[in-house]
Amino acid sequence: MLKKRIIPCLDIKDGRTVKGIKFLDIQDAGDPVVLAKRYVHEGADELVFLDITATQEKRKTWVALVVRIAQEINIPFTVGGGINSVEDAKRLIDAGADKISINSAAIKNPALISELAHELGSQCVVVAIDIKKENEEWFVFINGGQVATGIKAIDWAKQAAFLGAGELLITSMNNDGTKNGFALPILDAISKLVSIPIIASGGAGTQEHFKDLFTQTQVSAALAASVFHFSEISIPVLKNYLKTQHIPIR
Amino acid sequence: MIAILKYNAGNSTSVKNALERLGFPCLITNDHDALKNASKVIFPGVGAANSAMSYLKETGLDQVIVALQQPVLGICLGQQLLCTYSEEGDTDCLGIFNTQVKKFPPHKQVPHMGWNTITIQPSHPLFENVLALEDVYFVHSYYCELSKYTIASCEYITTFSAAMQKDNFYATQFHPEKSASVGEKILNNFLQL
Repeated sequence: MLKKRIIPCLDIKDGRTVKGIKFLDIQDAGDPVVLAKRYVHEGADELVFLDITATQEKRKTWVALVVRIAQEINIPFTVGGGINSVEDAKRLIDAGADKISINSAAIKNPALISELAHELGSQCVVVAIDIKKENEEWFVFINGGQVATGIKAIDWAKQAAFLGAGELLITSMNNDGTKNGFALPILDAISKLVSIPIIASGGAGTQEHFKDLFTQTQVSAALAASVFHFSEISIPVLKNYLKTQHIPIR
Repeated sequence: MIAILKYNAGNSTSVKNALERLGFPCLITNDHDALKNASKVIFPGVGAANSAMSYLKETGLDQVIVALQQPVLGICLGQQLLCTYSEEGDTDCLGIFNTQVKKFPPHKQVPHMGWNTITIQPSHPLFENVLALEDVYFVHSYYCELSKYTIASCEYITTFSAAMQKDNFYATQFHPEKSASVGEKILNNFLQL
């Protein structure tokens, strides 16, 4: 049976992990490769690396880092951050990334999704969507959640899938950082609306939140950052727990 | 030297990285002689069947591949191109495996993406030290039907060939280079043949 995926997300700034600091037995948790290998060893199903480096100048470090990650880890990984063109994406795929993730750039230029799907194949193209609930309706936000687009989440999800996205990574800004659980109703609505896999993000705080996500929605994967980085949830313990709840887990 | 076929589809870098992690020197090449003289050939692939086949024909690589005598491992699209025919782009393929490649009906999410369980033929050398039921990583929208060449199967919408073998030709629909330690065992078994 196809398994539900658990995906730790690493935020990278200037080639170093941001926030990844609490593994006692890791000498250098700032090195993304060290932390990534730890997650692979623990049974992570995929990894996402998000480059939050502000300047183009320092993006060269990023490509060099992606090369190192590809050499060292033996599971699929997605990279995102600062991808505005097919050339940007190709540079990262050529460096060894399995998938690339685009967010604001796709809203500003939806044709980019089709171009990427055509050039690289849909399976490489993850469209990340940050959503926020306002007046009982979910809307898309861009530029790290700072700019409202006025576009409804379900409309954009449908369009992104239609244009050739291979997966959608949906982050609920209302839930992100709260540790109160995932935004189940909207995640379920989107996962039923499109025929591509949905990665859910935002709100993971306990093991039960992951169970609720996989039992109450049709999403394919759960992404989280801080609960894994700060060892609040251990991946092997989480996966064992989900197996006892009869959720298909590797 | 192990040769990884270079053509217009493929994740050759990922395969090269995996082989290097296992300690096997390898070369990504489309040079006919280098392929013929390699100890093993890996035929990776991520992409579309029709454009890949056109490229192989234009470059004469189609003839080189079918004549290879050493162990050959097709991965993903590589497995599909070794079959007779693919529904993807109505494509005549290389014909090593006398079987067809079909499109998943849109009953569920397609592509079939993620970790899924394979049921292996336990005695097969490709699966030495691999457990009867293991999870490996798949990404594909087309599948090879079950056939007499099937050495591992997987279930998604239907039951299909997760791995096949005929003579010196081996193939996997999943990506051993992305399937953690299980994938490494399978690659290593192939490299030890």
